[in-house]
Amino acid sequence: MAIGVASFNLLQPVIGNYFCLIDENMWGIIRQNVGVTGGLSSQGLGNHMMRLRPVASAMRNYSSATKEMTVRDALNSALDEEMAADPNVFVMGEEVGEYQGAYKITKGLLDKYGPERVVDTPITEAGFAGIGVGAAYHGLRPVIEFMTFNFSMQAIDHVINSAAKSNYMSAGQINVPIVFRGPNGPAAGVGAQHSQCYGAWYGSVPGLKVLVPYSSEDARGLLKAAIRDPDPVVFLENELLYGESFPVSAESLDSSFCLPIGKAKIEREGKDITITAFSKMVGYALKAAEILEKDGINAEVINLRSIRPLDRATINASVRKTNRLVTVEEGFPQHGIGAEICASVVEDSFGYLDAPVERIAGADVPTPYAANLERMAFPQIEDIVRAAKRACYRSVPMSATA
Amino acid sequence: MSLSGAKIIQPLCIRYPDMPVISDQAANCNTTSTPFLGSTRTLRRIQSVSAAQRRPASAIVAVADVVKEKKLKSNKNHLLTKEEGLEVYEDMILGRVFEDMCAQMYYRGKMFGFVHLYNGQEAVSSGFIKLLKKEDSVVSTYRDHVHALSKGVPARAVMSELFGKTTGCCRGQGGSMHMFSAEHNVLGGFAFIGEGIPVATGAAFTSKYKREVLKEADCDHVTLAFFGDGTANNGQFFECLNMAALWKLPIVFVVENNLWAIGMSHLRATSDPEIWKKGPAFGMPGVHVDGMDVLKVREVAQEAIGRARRGEGPTLVECETYRFRGHSLADPDELRDPAEKARYAARDPITALKKYLIESKLASEAELKAIEKKIDEVVEDAVEFANESPVPSRSQLLENVFADPKGFGIGPDGRYRCEDPKFTQGTAQV
Repeated sequence: MAIGVASFNLLQPVIGNYFCLIDENMWGIIRQNVGVTGGLSSQGLGNHMMRLRPVASAMRNYSSATKEMTVRDALNSALDEEMAADPNVFVMGEEVGEYQGAYKITKGLLDKYGPERVVDTPITEAGFAGIGVGAAYHGLRPVIEFMTFNFSMQAIDHVINSAAKSNYMSAGQINVPIVFRGPNGPAAGVGAQHSQCYGAWYGSVPGLKVLVPYSSEDARGLLKAAIRDPDPVVFLENELLYGESFPVSAESLDSSFCLPIGKAKIEREGKDITITAFSKMVGYALKAAEILEKDGINAEVINLRSIRPLDRATINASVRKTNRLVTVEEGFPQHGIGAEICASVVEDSFGYLDAPVERIAGADVPTPYAANLERMAFPQIEDIVRAAKRACYRSVPMSATA
Repeated sequence: MSLSGAKIIQPLCIRYPDMPVISDQAANCNTTSTPFLGSTRTLRRIQSVSAAQRRPASAIVAVADVVKEKKLKSNKNHLLTKEEGLEVYEDMILGRVFEDMCAQMYYRGKMFGFVHLYNGQEAVSSGFIKLLKKEDSVVSTYRDHVHALSKGVPARAVMSELFGKTTGCCRGQGGSMHMFSAEHNVLGGFAFIGEGIPVATGAAFTSKYKREVLKEADCDHVTLAFFGDGTANNGQFFECLNMAALWKLPIVFVVENNLWAIGMSHLRATSDPEIWKKGPAFGMPGVHVDGMDVLKVREVAQEAIGRARRGEGPTLVECETYRFRGHSLADPDELRDPAEKARYAARDPITALKKYLIESKLASEAELKAIEKKIDEVVEDAVEFANESPVPSRSQLLENVFADPKGFGIGPDGRYRCEDPKFTQGTAQV
């Protein structure tokens, strides 16, 4: 598969149709490593065109030997391969067909598999989520796309009551091999009703598996695992990661590649402090770890990959090694993922902790619209750095510089 | 409180096989105005109702008259044979006796939680479900015991489930409101009203998908979605009416309009109480039928299920029926007018069918009594079985949360990852 060509073709129309939102302050260091495409965001409804930049990473593909792939391509290729391998797999959601996907994740699938397998729906989240569940009861493998997981609230009855609980209620007679996927969490400037993170809500429901990919490899491996899985999977992507490119190994390009559900990945080994994160925050945590390195703090970054089942073993093993923990998430702080990780560590590794667990989460407010307020409402790299230093008992300035 | 609902309840015209029946009820109803009928007429197909077919309120008379009519003009598809008659009768008796036994067991403490009984509505369940094949699916609400029984789930399994024993159809994990049977294609049993409708629509979608995409040419499985009058005001209902008609799914939406949603009268809750009218608004036929008369229900069901099987799309059938007991066994049932209850008790579908079978000489009193006796024994045996069955063991608590044994998903070799001994070593990387 010629990654370079695929990415380039995909990105060409993207430049025309998308409005790149590049906010220098927000993205800062990330841009240096990932390329100028760090802030690609498709605002289906809004028109916030601030600046249009050429997509430099596409050109890099031609010259460099390392294969790179955007998360969007990774998801698209995973869907494509799984649909080719199993005729029971079908995609359903708003704009997945003729529009090529609200965020172009399902681009090209309609032409390849036809409208019976790539089903455009009316605006009926409860209806089509339930239809997906009913189809899954009878052995089909639906991939239901929510335009964002905020819209899943209209269908949450089906995700939880008829999908997650059915295998239990029917005592194993009826399992539900369904995948609910879509972007989760904040994007850029989309306001309070489009910015909530649902990891904690879905992560608390027994019967669901909740996956949170970060890199392209995560996206490919976990989506394939999700589609093959016999249970309902909530697959939380991130809109701002769709355009980011990551190096991919040859193994991950194989069509039978899939990652285990319930296993975290240690992205960066360290010995002084453990930082857990998922989705976009993994990138921030890695940047923070580089900054901390200069201050002599050697951070271990764990990419959770899976919120349910939560890989408590890996987290606890890491904390027992480093003795300090910082959890990072974008969701609301109360009853969040960090709260659960903290409780797990306190229950299992209390004696190993040398400092209280630092929990970084989004601000306890509905997401504001103004760019500077939004920046303050979500964790930034400096916040992670400061929290890590606090956990290491270094002196830190009290609050963020806005 | 006076119940103007009485006026709506008129036995309906029947139809003949070649013409779909649409209700003419509205003309008798005092809550709609005729101009509405005029406009919707264009959306409906031909209806033929002759004055001779309109009957007064008593269903018992109507049934007999219906039969005479049918013998004159119907073809053999609609003649109820003796076997069919006895089968339907047995099914209705089973439903009634079973539910009465549930009430007894509840008050003795053997059953607990929420139990919703189906007494009085048996005509709808037997009328529809006895026409299905084993591969057809049924989706219901919490009032699902009799739907499960009609579909073929053994009485023993249902009773054990209600007692919370491990021999129940869901091993005691579902309960009264969550009857599932993969073998009999009973897809639940949902506590949230309206939740079953999209699931049923999905099952119908699967049938169409199997035929068109997976090329199983003879897949013509039909799905029935049962729900109540209260559900007909819920958003999911409309979403599914739209999508089922849009994609011509093989589904029949069966509204069991028993006029009451717990204590909320249908007339107080609905802007236009005639639910069948919502069908044509979405491009499918809407039919209204007297749900206390199993023969009429069966006839409408035959056409609706036939339509779905032939690939002509969904139908909305409103069955006007009544529940003789309260909403649930915890409901004191104080809001319903005793006169209304008495009126409907006089139209008991079982009594009506019994009278019909005897008068048309399809069965003798003795045969029917034998059936009743047999069913009594079946239900008593079910209770005994349930009583003697063990409660679930402690280990059952954590079972069946996932189909995948430990929740770690499937590996690239296609096997469950937790069965791979190397899986739990360290952190899995790429």
